[in-house]
Amino acid sequence: MEPLSWPMIFAKMAVQFWPVWLALIVTVALSLQFRRRLGLYGKLFDSNVGMTGFVIVMFWVFTALFADMIITFDPIAQLSGLKNVVPGTPVPDSDQWYLLGGDHLARDVFSRVVMGARRVLTIAPAATVIAFMVGITLGLPAGYFGGKLDTGLSFIANLVLAFPVILLFYLLVTPEIRSTGVPIALAAVLFLFPVIFVSVLLNSRYFTTPARRNLYVGVALVLGLWAYSGLAFNADPTGIWSMDPNLLNVFVSVVFVNAPTVFRIVRGIVMDLKSRDYVAAGQTRGEGAWYIMLWEILPNARGPLIVDFCLRIGYTTILLGTLGFFGLGVSPESPDWGSTIDDGRRLLSIYPHPAVVPALALMSLVLGLNLLADGLREESMRD
Amino acid sequence: MLPFLLRRVGVMILTALTLSFVVFCLTNLAPNLEKLARTEGSVRMSDEAVDSWIINNGHGGLMITRYGQWLGVVPGWTRTDDKGVTRGRCITEGVTAEEAPRFCGILQGDWGTSTVFREPVAKTISDKLASTGWLMLWVMLVMVPVSLIIGVMSGMREGSRTDRVLSTFAIATTATPEYVSGVILVVIFASATTGISPLLAEWGWIDGRTLFLGTATSAIDQITFWNFALPVMTIALYGIGYIARMTRASMTEVMTQQYIRTARLKGVAFHQVILKHALRNALIAPFTVIMLQFPWLLNGVVIVETLFNYKGFGWTLVQAAGNNDIQLLLACSVVAVFVVLVTQLISDIGYVFLNPRIRLS
Repeated sequence: MEPLSWPMIFAKMAVQFWPVWLALIVTVALSLQFRRRLGLYGKLFDSNVGMTGFVIVMFWVFTALFADMIITFDPIAQLSGLKNVVPGTPVPDSDQWYLLGGDHLARDVFSRVVMGARRVLTIAPAATVIAFMVGITLGLPAGYFGGKLDTGLSFIANLVLAFPVILLFYLLVTPEIRSTGVPIALAAVLFLFPVIFVSVLLNSRYFTTPARRNLYVGVALVLGLWAYSGLAFNADPTGIWSMDPNLLNVFVSVVFVNAPTVFRIVRGIVMDLKSRDYVAAGQTRGEGAWYIMLWEILPNARGPLIVDFCLRIGYTTILLGTLGFFGLGVSPESPDWGSTIDDGRRLLSIYPHPAVVPALALMSLVLGLNLLADGLREESMRD
Repeated sequence: MLPFLLRRVGVMILTALTLSFVVFCLTNLAPNLEKLARTEGSVRMSDEAVDSWIINNGHGGLMITRYGQWLGVVPGWTRTDDKGVTRGRCITEGVTAEEAPRFCGILQGDWGTSTVFREPVAKTISDKLASTGWLMLWVMLVMVPVSLIIGVMSGMREGSRTDRVLSTFAIATTATPEYVSGVILVVIFASATTGISPLLAEWGWIDGRTLFLGTATSAIDQITFWNFALPVMTIALYGIGYIARMTRASMTEVMTQQYIRTARLKGVAFHQVILKHALRNALIAPFTVIMLQFPWLLNGVVIVETLFNYKGFGWTLVQAAGNNDIQLLLACSVVAVFVVLVTQLISDIGYVFLNPRIRLS
């Protein structure tokens, strides 16, 4: 077979991505059709910036979802004779090409990038969600009550923020530290917050009707603690919830880095919002402090929080890439973008493609998230 | 002002102590010490030998006392072995046990010895910091003016075409972490096979094979445009977007103020309004941001020095962490934390000085 030319490579790739195109068209068409009924999400389609960002982000989300259908080769299979081959090289004994070339271990760069999207897009949003729950659960009372609680929590948050991120990663994500149990202890603390958050959220809403409250909080606690035992201690008897120790280490450190910033943002917003009239009205009605925080203040703080959430997923993606770039906490087989860039950079000036492809992928995803956040900010300000 | 300053410095010292203690604990964990024993002693030591090596070399005992010794507020350890030879933390070669000072920690200026570079940590750190200082200086010289100009240009006429173009550029650079932009810049400018270098070489515009050098190793001895442009650009690019966006936000806010309208209505020319009335007020917020950017620069420095093999502070940190060089890593952390805390302090004080509207109680 002939090696492919660049236009042919792009055409072949576009064909490989067919499930993504299909899903994108359906999503955008449906959203445009019903955008007047979709609130903030619908308004996103009024701004070009926001829509561009949304399409880029959804492209990668669908790529992660349909990764199995898109890849042309097994992302960890090494085929002999294809080491560092240029993009568009035909693979012997098959009717396929290495669309974006081969890497230093003769693996298919294209398939690795697609699979890497799946890895990045499972860890980054999940870590951001946990970081938000930690930040919200601590930031709400710190801002609302103030005083000693605020001073103490702010001091701890500033401690973490004064750490250069890379140093923290080098201290927290090493094979040695896993044997001391520090990541598990951190996980035990950090993963507890989502459970607390959901339980308090439901309790404060339904505590006037004890029967329903008991049911909801009970279900939340059972599910939450079940997941908690599995994720933090790997002690889930059914084995549904479990996390690879390597992954847990990375995950926990990323949450740990992000949570203090979220805390500071939430605290700032709450301090601003707590002097509003509706909070005073709630207080005179005799509403509990947690009800006011979670059901009066938090919904009103959603605008800046949603914007920051998008930005933070991008930031987390960058952090994960940094970890991979330094070879921390990832297995050598892992197709995630950071470690692929790290592998590729050694031969960068001779064979640029193994490093450039994941670099562009990471950049486009973060760019999409930033544009999406910008669009959301613009639209939420118009409310 | 003075009580504010004192309180701020007090919190800073408390933070520095807490953080250095945390770093001390994390670097002196049992597995790290065991690894140290095996590299310094012998690889084939039995577990008992490792334990006794750890205790004999002063790594036993409570974490807090060891931290005190390292800091220099607790007397250094001494131990007399069976042969009557006294060894201790403060007893170095050529100093007898009697002459040795009682305290020798970082407060006394004793930072220990690096196991990787086989020289005093204080020397390693000061050498490498000097190299990184040059990098930082050039980054600042490029980053600050460029980002302020971009921010002011796009903020002075919000929504104009200039604004759209510059804002998009700013967003794009904030989405490009150093390890991505570094890779892309090397491929475009410093590769003999791809990018623009082969073209330029063919046309005879450049003497060498590439426009810029892909490594900055030679910059340790002599900094040239040729070997330093790419590392500086890589770090600066990520910061530019962020500072420019902050400047833009602050500039657009200032431009809606009453006094700007008054100035315009008086008939002052637009560029005069920008230079005389808007700029000073618009630059308060970016000052804080630039100062708080230092911790991020530190991140960028580590990545870029690794990527371009420039043997400065960041490169040293990676070496120390990768080779379990406890003393060096501790010193690196102290320096890094110190830089972060001092810049935070400067940013707080500067903000108060620059902004007359803030009155401290």
